[in-house]
Amino acid sequence: MNARSLLQRWFGRGWLSLGYLFLYLPIVVLVVFSFNSSRQDMVWSGFSTQWYGALANDAEIINGFGLSLKIAVMSACSAVTLGSFAAFVLDRYKRFTGRMLFSGMASAPLVMPEVIIGLSLLLMLVAVQKMFGFPERGMFTIWIGHTLLGMAYAAVVVQSRLQEMSPALQEAAMDLGCKPHQVFFLVTLPNITQALASAWLLTFTLSLDDVVLSAFLSGPGSSTMPIVIFSRARLGLDPRVNAVATLTILVVSIGVIVSSLLMARAERRRMAQVAAAAKA
Amino acid sequence: MRAMGSRLRGNDIQKAGVAARSPIKLRFLPILSSAAMTIAPPDASPPFLSIRNLVKEFDTVRAVDDVSLSIGKGEIFALLGSSGCGKSTLLRMLAGFETPTAGTIALAGKDIVGVPPYERPINMMFQSYALFPHLTVWDNIAFGLRRDGLPKDEVASRVEQMLALVQLGSFGKRKPHQLSGGQQQRVALARSLAKSPQLLLLDEPLGALDKKLRERTQIELVNIIGQVGVTCVMVTHDQAEAMSMATRIAVMSEGRILQVGAPGEIYETPNCRFVADFIGSVNLFEGRVREDAPDHVIVDSRECSHYVSHGITGTAAMEVAVAVRPEKIALQATAPSAAQRESAAEDGYNCSAGNIATISYFGNETLYHVLLDSGMTIKVARTNAARHEQSRLERGQRVHAWWDGSDIVVLTA
Amino acid sequence: MSALKRPSSLGRRFVIAVPFAWLALAFLAPFLIVLHLSFTDMDPAGGFGSLTTYVDGVLNIKVKLSNYLFLAQDELYVLTYLSSLKYAAITTVLCLVIGYPFAYFMARARPAIRPTLMMLVMLPFWTSFLLRIYAWKGILANQGILNHLLLSLGVIGEPLHMMNTSFSLVIGMVYAYLPFMILPLYANLVKMDLRYLEAASDLGATPLQAFWRVTVPLSKSGIIAGAMLVFIPAVGEYVIPELLGGPGTLMIGKVLWDEFFTNNDWPLASAVTVVVILLILVPMAVFNKYKAQQPAEGRA
Repeated sequence: MNARSLLQRWFGRGWLSLGYLFLYLPIVVLVVFSFNSSRQDMVWSGFSTQWYGALANDAEIINGFGLSLKIAVMSACSAVTLGSFAAFVLDRYKRFTGRMLFSGMASAPLVMPEVIIGLSLLLMLVAVQKMFGFPERGMFTIWIGHTLLGMAYAAVVVQSRLQEMSPALQEAAMDLGCKPHQVFFLVTLPNITQALASAWLLTFTLSLDDVVLSAFLSGPGSSTMPIVIFSRARLGLDPRVNAVATLTILVVSIGVIVSSLLMARAERRRMAQVAAAAKA
Repeated sequence: MRAMGSRLRGNDIQKAGVAARSPIKLRFLPILSSAAMTIAPPDASPPFLSIRNLVKEFDTVRAVDDVSLSIGKGEIFALLGSSGCGKSTLLRMLAGFETPTAGTIALAGKDIVGVPPYERPINMMFQSYALFPHLTVWDNIAFGLRRDGLPKDEVASRVEQMLALVQLGSFGKRKPHQLSGGQQQRVALARSLAKSPQLLLLDEPLGALDKKLRERTQIELVNIIGQVGVTCVMVTHDQAEAMSMATRIAVMSEGRILQVGAPGEIYETPNCRFVADFIGSVNLFEGRVREDAPDHVIVDSRECSHYVSHGITGTAAMEVAVAVRPEKIALQATAPSAAQRESAAEDGYNCSAGNIATISYFGNETLYHVLLDSGMTIKVARTNAARHEQSRLERGQRVHAWWDGSDIVVLTA
Repeated sequence: MSALKRPSSLGRRFVIAVPFAWLALAFLAPFLIVLHLSFTDMDPAGGFGSLTTYVDGVLNIKVKLSNYLFLAQDELYVLTYLSSLKYAAITTVLCLVIGYPFAYFMARARPAIRPTLMMLVMLPFWTSFLLRIYAWKGILANQGILNHLLLSLGVIGEPLHMMNTSFSLVIGMVYAYLPFMILPLYANLVKMDLRYLEAASDLGATPLQAFWRVTVPLSKSGIIAGAMLVFIPAVGEYVIPELLGGPGTLMIGKVLWDEFFTNNDWPLASAVTVVVILLILVPMAVFNKYKAQQPAEGRA
């Protein structure tokens, strides 16, 4: 190996390491200081799990978490459903009136600043409330906002999977006697389950974590956990927040690592089967 | 040889093709069971599959341009052409995935244009097989049967029957990714035959297989189709595949049908330069008709004068091409004697001299490129029938190339 | 045209109508209302004033432009818009500078460890964004760990004032948006055929030349995608300026929030929103064009 590629290899490793360090530094800090026994200073003054105990008595955070969880589950389901519709439409129907508008609307929430989306949605909901007397701002309105946001992400995930699927599969189904809706339920759907699952997890996480939309669309008594954390974070440092963070990180890490391992194992098994068949 | 080569156009070609089915040279037919050899009598009863003036336009491009075909029950009919000629579009219109811009398609007398694919008694075997990856082999084959609402035991016995037909009896539980390419193809075939369709469509059936597997599969495929007795339309760009598998071939180019006929006919009596050149190799001598008699034609070209042992409908001084296949040409160091000739009338004709430019050795066959004195290079093919060459020819050697008048064809298009 | 019954066209219309209707209601209608509101002076609590009135057979259209005029003339607003664009641009450039080599080396790593590298980039993305920004407060504060570290090492004598500055804002922004730059770049670079580079070197290019003249141009769509995914949302970012920024860092997202919640001047807030949308319209069109191209590239 010559000097130049050796240099490149070490430079690459160095850059990656520094990058990962940058990405993980805050996470490590959060976790470490959730066990700090002192409250204010970011000085290590002894190991303590008091903040986890305090968390158990923290009604605001616990209620917020419960609400966030409910909204996240609901909006994940609705976002995946609507996103799949949108993905299917964009993948299947290449020509219809308003396609460009539709495509733009479906992907805009991916990049649009949330403040813009939140403000607009809120103004409309206020107008609707004036006219029809409903909906009150609260869980329902937050759910609407999260569904809108999640739908864009879900559409991207599902659409990329649909594009991978060969159109011959759907044609074969029709050729064998499936009417169009049967094609969807019997052939398309079973082959996109993994994409649907990742879209669900993605939109679930997005909803659980969302601050801005929730703040605009919430009402009295419907403070989600991120709203609670945000208002405390504005005021200063609170080790209970660190405790929440650590728990979140723990759950997420386990989830991501386990699913990655499972996927890798399934992929390996599948490759082995294909290789065995080719030899037969 | 029959009278061919007049200024023929679309409809006429089809009519000629239909009429030409009778005197088929048997040695060109593939291995078929006798049941499948029944071919619809010319115009005595309505053809099983009738395509009339079919047109398909995409924006301004005509992918299929006024195509008419009559296909008989039990035939294996091949649509042959290079990519972009419209054959796949035509097949897809038969399957129902594309709607014709104009024209009709009638299957067993019933018009099927406008009938969606899931209601047609037609099944297709896709080039990529399109096996459902989430279903087992068993469920793949049963898929179509279940859509018809058949009772469970009927479905089961039919699936078993199909698995036995393609010799995959023990593979029922496997999923497509656990099968080799050849096995996947057999499942695809079984799946497409499970519903006993009136018409089977094959889209480049051997395209995905390697050469050895292709040869074996060709024979198996034709046997199974013959066994089942189903009418079959296949699409391919591989002329060897079409020639060896089909009972009749339609050569297509730019959306139009150029010639329809049995493989032997297409090969030995092409009706235009394109077909002559597309199938196999050919040497085309451009010339002018000098003498036009009912039983022979004499054509003058730069290389030599040709005595063709069949008449044509044409006029004297017409510009034509004489097509000579490489394997019909003999090479020897000396000029051919009168005794070697087919008939006395040919002496002095059908012969040209030149030097061997290249020799390509293929093991079973040797291909010579001979640069004639006139400047044209012709291809001559020789089978290496014996291990040791009796008449060895070498590069640069002066040779005489000659052929029989009954082995050549005059092309007016 | 042959007569073809299309039994599926009713089903097709239904499938298109469902998401379309939802988007029209939840996305388009709000924006139209914002647009409408920005031209009026009515407080929605008192009802939305109509732009048009029909009096004595005369149709009057009243369009109040004062909100926009105010924005155009108010120095603070103009500055804020420019400042937002500036910070978004800085963030995008820094993300590109850090993220491109990162994605590049990820793509060049051994195929066996690439999924792990990918997972390690995604993991922070899945943990709460809010919490990770909050963590930076703890790191950069005057009594934060960075200052403690530097003080104890004797590098500095007094704590550095890092919080609530441009510095802390940019760090937070780059930190938050880095994965959005890395992912599209990685997706693009990993699909690149290395044989292009072999051909370049065969034709006499040094590795550096090959990089600038082959690799970078080929990854253009990844660069654009990443840049748009960072720039557009960064312009209207609220949480990071609120937690890590200060009085000196003007960001339109924060201003919009304050205007809306504290001043309750909804028509003005609407006008601010419309201007922000106008600002990001061009980048969004670029992003949309890239999205439309992507399937073609993916299949190629």
